[in-house]
Amino acid sequence: MLDTQPDPKSDDGYTTADGRKIGGVAMEMKNITLRFGGVVAIKDISFDIRWGEVRAIIGPNGAGKSSMLNVISGFYNPQEGEIIYKGYRRPRMRPYQVARTGIARTFQNIALFEGMSVLDNIMTGRLHHMKANLFQQALWWGKASREEQENREKVEKIIDFLEIQHIRKTPVARLPYGLKKRVELARALAAEPSILLLDEPMAGMNVEEKEDMSRFILDVNDEFGTTTVLIEHDMGVVMDLSDRVVVMDYGKKIGDGTPDEVRNNEEVIKAYLGVAHD
Amino acid sequence: MPDTLLFAMEATLNGLTAGVMYALVALGFVLIFKASGIFNFAQGVMALFAALTLVGFQSGQIPFSHLINAIFGTRLHHFGWNMPTLLAIPATVAVMILLAILVERFILKHLINQEPIILFMATIGLAYFLEGVGDIMWGAEVKALDVGLPKGMSDTVDELTFNWFGYGFFIDRLEIWAAGIAAILVASLTIFSQYTKQGRALRAVADDHQAALSVGISLRFIWVLTWSIAGIVALVAGIMWGSKSGVQFSLSLIALKALPVLILGGFTSIPGAIVGGLIIGVGEKLFDFFMQPIVGGATENWFAYMLALVFLLFRPQGLFGEKIIERV
Repeated sequence: MLDTQPDPKSDDGYTTADGRKIGGVAMEMKNITLRFGGVVAIKDISFDIRWGEVRAIIGPNGAGKSSMLNVISGFYNPQEGEIIYKGYRRPRMRPYQVARTGIARTFQNIALFEGMSVLDNIMTGRLHHMKANLFQQALWWGKASREEQENREKVEKIIDFLEIQHIRKTPVARLPYGLKKRVELARALAAEPSILLLDEPMAGMNVEEKEDMSRFILDVNDEFGTTTVLIEHDMGVVMDLSDRVVVMDYGKKIGDGTPDEVRNNEEVIKAYLGVAHD
Repeated sequence: MPDTLLFAMEATLNGLTAGVMYALVALGFVLIFKASGIFNFAQGVMALFAALTLVGFQSGQIPFSHLINAIFGTRLHHFGWNMPTLLAIPATVAVMILLAILVERFILKHLINQEPIILFMATIGLAYFLEGVGDIMWGAEVKALDVGLPKGMSDTVDELTFNWFGYGFFIDRLEIWAAGIAAILVASLTIFSQYTKQGRALRAVADDHQAALSVGISLRFIWVLTWSIAGIVALVAGIMWGSKSGVQFSLSLIALKALPVLILGGFTSIPGAIVGGLIIGVGEKLFDFFMQPIVGGATENWFAYMLALVFLLFRPQGLFGEKIIERV
């Protein structure tokens, strides 16, 4: 997919243990501070996201993880700090504008178009890839029919990939929770995002569904090289999935590094994992 | 064939054509309700305002002339030319789009994330505001509206039915045209919402704001778009009702007749608005026809509301509305 491959020219990338090449910096968060009135949700946090990696943000409840994701996707605008994206400082933007710059997301409590079919939901992910004008579209003429064809092909590929062929025509409202989460992932992928944001993709799932979802996240990263930022509660899952982890607590960053580094970080153990009970 | 049956058939046909007129108004309500969950109380006034503007443009009336005259002591009233209908209609469409932009800019934008009831109250305010503006802008007198649509009894239907049954039905040609125009309107709205990118975006916004934002849809653009379309539908309804009974301020009251239509058809269904309109139209004509000897007529004023009440008791979501399921 466009724009998501690690930049081969960049020399500051690294190679993972399983041999994947991670590229240069895709997005850099610099001294981000987010306040709601007097409450500080995020306090002076800096970290970077590299092309092609799976970056996790973890932390206890209320640590500010979702707020961080909302800052990246433009749903919140931080009071201080800046976001460097693809080498440029990102100006204040509205969420739909951010989405058009190639940042797709899913939501903690699923935001799908319940009244539409699975296929229509996923097609909305491609809305800003459609360029034909209103009349061409209405009359199925000129650019429009070719474009619709191309978009359908891309969507079908994603449907195959996430193994949801059997529910293509089903209205989303009728699907069970686990499948809804998968459709939401499919819609985000349909946008061919540069950065994919997943807000607790496995929350509320049973073990089997969690395993499926983990596999999909890894496969997506392998197959399309999609840079993925995910928030997750389940420590085991995070450690298995991610290349690097940011740990947050009370709005502050208390750790940043590979899963192993983070696991052995004293402060992280204290804040997130709690003190040993035995 | 017995006379009663023939009269009943004629009443049914008249009911169908009258129903189309109701459906035209109801359509505008459904569009806005689907896209933004707002029951737009101002839809009827928008139809009135559109019709007033159209007549104003056609006859070369100077907007706000009463106000200008009152302040400056002048005696302005007309520019002295007539705008051809083909030019006046696009000009009125432009005014309705401008109105949509202003509504978004000054009302909707400030009420994001508010309860539907608050938005509903805002549209009541808009209705009275728009009625006042229409009055100041174009004057309150009843005006004739003629966009060149044929009017009066349809001779074809009269002859045809006379040859078949020996009794000629009376059907207004204007209402036959209204049916045709409504069909075209519904067809184009359906194509728009099902097959275009903007239509898909519109359905997406109607369904979930957050999700729509996350796939790159601008809510504000979609709201302007929705209100513009509702404004154009209002113009069509305004032209039809204005041609039929003159452009007058009681036109805004036809919006009330759209309510029972919506309760029957469901607030979220375009086909529902059409079928609901037809049922109300036919229902009230037939009810009047059969009940007149007993209650002495004038049932058309209340029949629609009574039917709506019955529907509310047994099928509150309407014929085509989304089923109301309360999960606990």
